[in-house]
Amino acid sequence: MDVKNATSYSGNGLRDWLVQRVSAIVLAAYLIFLLCFLVTHPNLTYEAWALLFSNMFMKIMTILVLLALLLHSWVGLWTVLTDYVKPAWLRGLLEVIVIVTLLGYFIWGITILWNIQGATFIY
Amino acid sequence: MNKKRPVNLGLLTIRFPITAIVSILHRVSGVVLFLSIPILLYLLSCSLTTSDGFDDVMTLLQGFWAKLMIFGILSAGLYHLVAGIRHLLMDCGFAEEKTSGKVAARVMLVIAIVLIIIMGVWLWM
Repeated sequence: MDVKNATSYSGNGLRDWLVQRVSAIVLAAYLIFLLCFLVTHPNLTYEAWALLFSNMFMKIMTILVLLALLLHSWVGLWTVLTDYVKPAWLRGLLEVIVIVTLLGYFIWGITILWNIQGATFIY
Repeated sequence: MNKKRPVNLGLLTIRFPITAIVSILHRVSGVVLFLSIPILLYLLSCSLTTSDGFDDVMTLLQGFWAKLMIFGILSAGLYHLVAGIRHLLMDCGFAEEKTSGKVAARVMLVIAIVLIIIMGVWLWM
């Protein structure tokens, strides 16, 4: 039987589970890379920092990570809200706030990459 | 009615198993990370937009409270990362039994604490 849920990411528990794992791997790889970059650049300059995020591969990875963050947070917070918030109206309200906020973060993140100044684009 | 039923409602005598503790911390760290997204995006935005903005962020992060905040966010991130890796290993069929699961939960907790201590030393040295 296919149990559908209107507010979970895919409306399908198994697909949500898979989305959670795939996005987790993307987020983990990016977090480890970024931490390694910061540890190996103790006296980080603006030029090196902006150059890193001007790189087209880094831009693509960052947008992928923003997408993974959106999906991962949605699935995770949906689970937490489903478990701990009993009244349906309150849970629905919080879910809508979470989803709209996460979509806003996704768009904000893309505009940050869009607006990088002072560094030449490296393709 | 059986008068010898076990009575264990003394809340001080009930202990969460280690697996429950690492699980709830995984959730708590996840919610903390969700709440920290705007802070991180704001710092990323300031640091990438202009050279002056980058210097402002660097100066800000020298402050004790800002460092403590970053320490909190990174602690939640490292914990969530290690706990997530344990979940992926369990999905692959490792440490699923009661005994091995408890051992894996302890090992995971120790690894997370060690990483958080190393990160704290790195932040303040």
